[in-house]
Amino acid sequence: MSMNLLRLFSGSKATAPVARERLQILLAHERGLRGQPDLLATLREEILAVVSKHIQLDPDKVTVKLDRGPAVSTLEVDIEVPNDFEKTKALAERRAGAA
Amino acid sequence: MANVLVVTSGKGGVGKTTSTAALGAALAQAGEKVVVIDFDVGLRNLDLVMGAERRVVFDLINVVQGVAKLQQALIRDKRLENLWLLPASQTRDKDALTDEGVGRVIAELRTKFDWILCDSPAGIERGAMLAMRYADQAVIVTNPEVSSVRDSDRIIGMLDSKTVKAEQGERVIKHILITRFDPARAARGEMLSIDDILEILATPLLGIIPESQDVLRASNVGSPVTLNNVASAPARAYTDAVRRLMGETVDMVVPTERRGLMNRLLGRRAA
Repeated sequence: MSMNLLRLFSGSKATAPVARERLQILLAHERGLRGQPDLLATLREEILAVVSKHIQLDPDKVTVKLDRGPAVSTLEVDIEVPNDFEKTKALAERRAGAA
Repeated sequence: MANVLVVTSGKGGVGKTTSTAALGAALAQAGEKVVVIDFDVGLRNLDLVMGAERRVVFDLINVVQGVAKLQQALIRDKRLENLWLLPASQTRDKDALTDEGVGRVIAELRTKFDWILCDSPAGIERGAMLAMRYADQAVIVTNPEVSSVRDSDRIIGMLDSKTVKAEQGERVIKHILITRFDPARAARGEMLSIDDILEILATPLLGIIPESQDVLRASNVGSPVTLNNVASAPARAYTDAVRRLMGETVDMVVPTERRGLMNRLLGRRAA
């Protein structure tokens, strides 16, 4: 009550609860990962390996994002594919066949 | 029996060196025989905070490498006869510190002192690892601020896995020391509260050192804050922390500055 009144007068908002929540989410993840191989790096590598079997990838056109939430996290892999990739694919297959 | 205590944090600038000097001096004031060791090779500062910067001849690396004897490198405090400093090297490469060499020095110190306080460098590299390596206890210095709390959590993980104690299946006794705490800001919800920090880090509290101008004043003149102004708020907080280290039960309060009338009207009291 007095805290709210104080805040009303000072015009500032309590930011400590935000700090606390962000830390709790972050540390829960970091503690789980301690001593483990880097999951994000592994996923990125393996996903890219699978995709590059079919499409020639430009490493600069690939973005990987991870958003950690309290209940679920999302892994977002964004790969820019050129429109003529079907052709590129056919080429790659022919090349693979020739080898 | 000797106690090896590392003062660590992960993050830099949170008050490790200030705390090492203050805790070391307070332990010595309580009659214990104390040595404080600076592990920050290349960036030594414990000598400066202790006011011994002009008396450094040999350092930890000289002793580790056998260039100097331990007795030659130890510097006795001018104010407290049972307080000693083992400085870091300012010029050597930090790789000159070896696990085995540090182990040997600590083992020798154990036979001569009641308390061996290791002032860790920031980070999680070699110097920080070696500072905690042989510890029986750890004081994790934490500011009420997100990056400091995160780094403390990381350091707690390392204390539980990378120390000799941990490898032997034992535990390093860990304590949180919160520094630069501002009770008024915490009460207004602008700063992580003590309860928030302790809940997140799940580690017992050793003490709360209030933000205070006395800390800077003490380092300006090269005197541990517990010696420079015994009655100051941070000195009382460090002295309470030391009594807890020595096994006493002391109520956890945040000592406050002795305020003038204007301050009392404008400021809030500590909870």
